[in-house]
Amino acid sequence: MTKRAAPLIRCEQVEKRFGHKRVLRDVSFSVAAGEVLSLLGANGSGKTTLLRIIASLDRPDKGEVWLGPVPLSTAANEIRRYIGVVAHTPLLYDRLTGAENLQFFARLYDVKEPQRRIELLLQTLDLWRWRDSAVRTYSRGMSQRLAIARALLHDPPVVLLDEPDTGLDRESLKQMTGLIRQLRKRNRALLLTTHSMERAVAWADRVVELRAGRLHQLEGPNRIGK
Amino acid sequence: MAEHSEAGRVTRKGGGLAAYLRGVWAVAEKDVRTEFRAKEVVGTMAAFSVLAAVVFGLAFDLRVPRPELVVPGILWVIILFGGVLGLHRSFGSELDRGTLTGLLLAPVERSAIYLGKVAANLLYFLIMEALLVPVLLILFDVNLLKPLVLLALALGTVGYVGAGTLFAALTAQNRARETLLPVLLLPVLAPLFISGVGVTAVVLDGRGNAEAWPWLGIMGLYDALVYAIAFLLVDVIWERT
Repeated sequence: MTKRAAPLIRCEQVEKRFGHKRVLRDVSFSVAAGEVLSLLGANGSGKTTLLRIIASLDRPDKGEVWLGPVPLSTAANEIRRYIGVVAHTPLLYDRLTGAENLQFFARLYDVKEPQRRIELLLQTLDLWRWRDSAVRTYSRGMSQRLAIARALLHDPPVVLLDEPDTGLDRESLKQMTGLIRQLRKRNRALLLTTHSMERAVAWADRVVELRAGRLHQLEGPNRIGK
Repeated sequence: MAEHSEAGRVTRKGGGLAAYLRGVWAVAEKDVRTEFRAKEVVGTMAAFSVLAAVVFGLAFDLRVPRPELVVPGILWVIILFGGVLGLHRSFGSELDRGTLTGLLLAPVERSAIYLGKVAANLLYFLIMEALLVPVLLILFDVNLLKPLVLLALALGTVGYVGAGTLFAALTAQNRARETLLPVLLLPVLAPLFISGVGVTAVVLDGRGNAEAWPWLGIMGLYDALVYAIAFLLVDVIWERT
């Protein structure tokens, strides 16, 4: 894995405050291509804030985040093309159909040959049959799968998954595990948050935990068997 | 980054003005499509404007000798209050449904998102005004279909929607946005409102077009200022502090 030498996500001494509250303190870590990092933490520990900073939705008060060789602070809009985000809400329009949602985001991301890409993703995620149904008629698992399709529509090298296991049944969790493995195999850098230690270990190469805004390493690289 | 992914192959990079306009159009089209399915905004604005015109008609019918005296004020008051009913949904609905984050994650300029919202709102206002003008003609027997009145309506609507969409974005994250938006927005719209009433009154009174142009100048200047300020602010509006 020579590519692991060059991290795709690199956080250096990131700090974030909301008012007087320091949500993140001196957070540093990196994720290489083809690596999955699980981020554990209680509610309010700063996981989502950290993901928002890496997704360029928030700016850190101190420190810097790098995506590949590019510091986020210098490249706001263009760098978003390289990030896919699965949030714990699906970020989808419930009045639009599954296909219309993906068509909309394909236009925002300027995806070439959008129909082919949309069909591929909907087939892969077993949503093709429901492509013309309004998202409000989807089950939680279907919405989550469509949210994943939305996040992968532009085939980003960096994928951020914020509690992707929330509300999923056993079958959907199995699909999620398969998808994470597939993305890892395709050399994507994955950073995911979860409350479940079991899934953090099952899905990731390394597990870290945010406690009171500080990052603690729980498992070293590649110590978890795949 | 591109060597780690097919992103360079799957998406177009850069694209300048054409990509920017594609972003604007995508947001506008999505808003209009969802609105015509949800029927949350246009129906409310249209129903309010017609009802308000009827109420004003009943209120002034017996007391006003010449309807031209009150119609300019009625027209702009209805537009002012009818418009604010729809504007707060512009970003409010995105926040309520949790979709704003999805928009902000996309590699498009914040100003393109803002302009897409403006374009959709302009269409809603156009529908409301297209209903309101004939209703005022029927109720008050005053024809507003005159070039300078229509120009004033166009300038007023563009300025109102520009300011209103910006304020809707500013107040969207506030729980009291429905009451906060008019409280903040209406004072800011005063120059536009006064000028709009001024132009309409001059035209309906038959005082000659020369008197209307200074008002129209103020409206044009207001519009330019609103969009300049909006372009300066939209990048920082959605940053959490």
